[in-house]
Amino acid sequence: MIVRLRQPRREVEMAGGRAAHAVLHDLGLSREGHLIIRNGTLVPSDTMLEEGDIVEIRPVISGG
Amino acid sequence: MSKCRSCGDAAVVDLPRHNANFCAEHLQQLCVRQVQRAIADHSMFETDARVLVAVSGGKDSLALWDMLVDLGYRADGLYIGLGIGEYSEESHRITSVFAEERGLTLHTVDLRQEHGFDIPTAARATRRVPCSACGLSKRHIFDRETIRLGYDVLATGHNLDDEAAVLLGNTIRWDVEYLTRQYPVLEAGHGFPRKVKPLVRLTEREMAAWCVVRGIDYVVEECPMAIGNRHSGYKETLNQLDERSPGTKASFYLGFLDRMVPVLRTGPDRQGAPESCPTCGAPSSSSDTACSFCRLEATASSHEPVPVRMVLNRSARRAFDAQWGEEEA
Repeated sequence: MIVRLRQPRREVEMAGGRAAHAVLHDLGLSREGHLIIRNGTLVPSDTMLEEGDIVEIRPVISGG
Repeated sequence: MSKCRSCGDAAVVDLPRHNANFCAEHLQQLCVRQVQRAIADHSMFETDARVLVAVSGGKDSLALWDMLVDLGYRADGLYIGLGIGEYSEESHRITSVFAEERGLTLHTVDLRQEHGFDIPTAARATRRVPCSACGLSKRHIFDRETIRLGYDVLATGHNLDDEAAVLLGNTIRWDVEYLTRQYPVLEAGHGFPRKVKPLVRLTEREMAAWCVVRGIDYVVEECPMAIGNRHSGYKETLNQLDERSPGTKASFYLGFLDRMVPVLRTGPDRQGAPESCPTCGAPSSSSDTACSFCRLEATASSHEPVPVRMVLNRSARRAFDAQWGEEEA
């Protein structure tokens, strides 16, 4: 699956078949600081992400 | 499949502090109820008030504007062009489209056009931290425009994470004066409008989710000048605590409002300054010298324009280049 990250904006290829919160953990990202958008739809972080998914991990923290 | 706590349909978001998942409809219901409660609990404004919303193009301010209009309030927007390169251009575009699509009134003030400087230049010219120059400028213009345009109240999109981070900073420094003044309502005072923060019961993640399910386009990228600032560090620290023990962040801030504020405060917090600025007439500590904004303007407007990239630290510059390219280098 393709995982799209921000700040800086980039894409990484990761194996599917894992829960979104596990992907966050592997990337060192907090659940409270991010939303998971799978194939354009917001999903909870216990959602299983599959091969072929396009997953946006959207940060929600703003520093202003 | 996770199910919505309220209706059992497929959930779109998990909110650990509520120990629950919610579908799009019930996420919105939860958010609206929290805003209604904040407005009522703190007597922020009446249903017929004219509200000016400080909008930046970010998730919080656009979500706030969206909610207030949806709730039937007479809410207009005020956007300030800060001159932070492509970031500001994108922010202005998104805010303008949001207002146009909904037929809302958006007021705009452009720092460079109206005051002869932008935030990167102000930061360099005055050797201030960029967020300090930005905050000073925004406060001055929001206050001035709210009064000049005749609005009853200025509403800002400060959320629970913002307030908890400020509270953590104030507590670490034991800044009793700031702790005493940290409240979702600031009463009008000499030269200052009434200011309110209706989103204080909602987290940053809840506001971002609101925008996603409502189809609101907002600037996702962080302001390049705020990347890595102390405020963001406090937020990350609180989020780490919340990961281990969900609800800690809300308990910290909302508990402060419920139990500490009554101890600290002896009356409503009226803003005020004893004198008026001899240049612009804004509240000032002295009638002999110009106010902070006028001093900033005098120094920054006579300085050569400074590109955004020149005032960023190394990590912020890397993020800026990756997002916006290196055209300004």
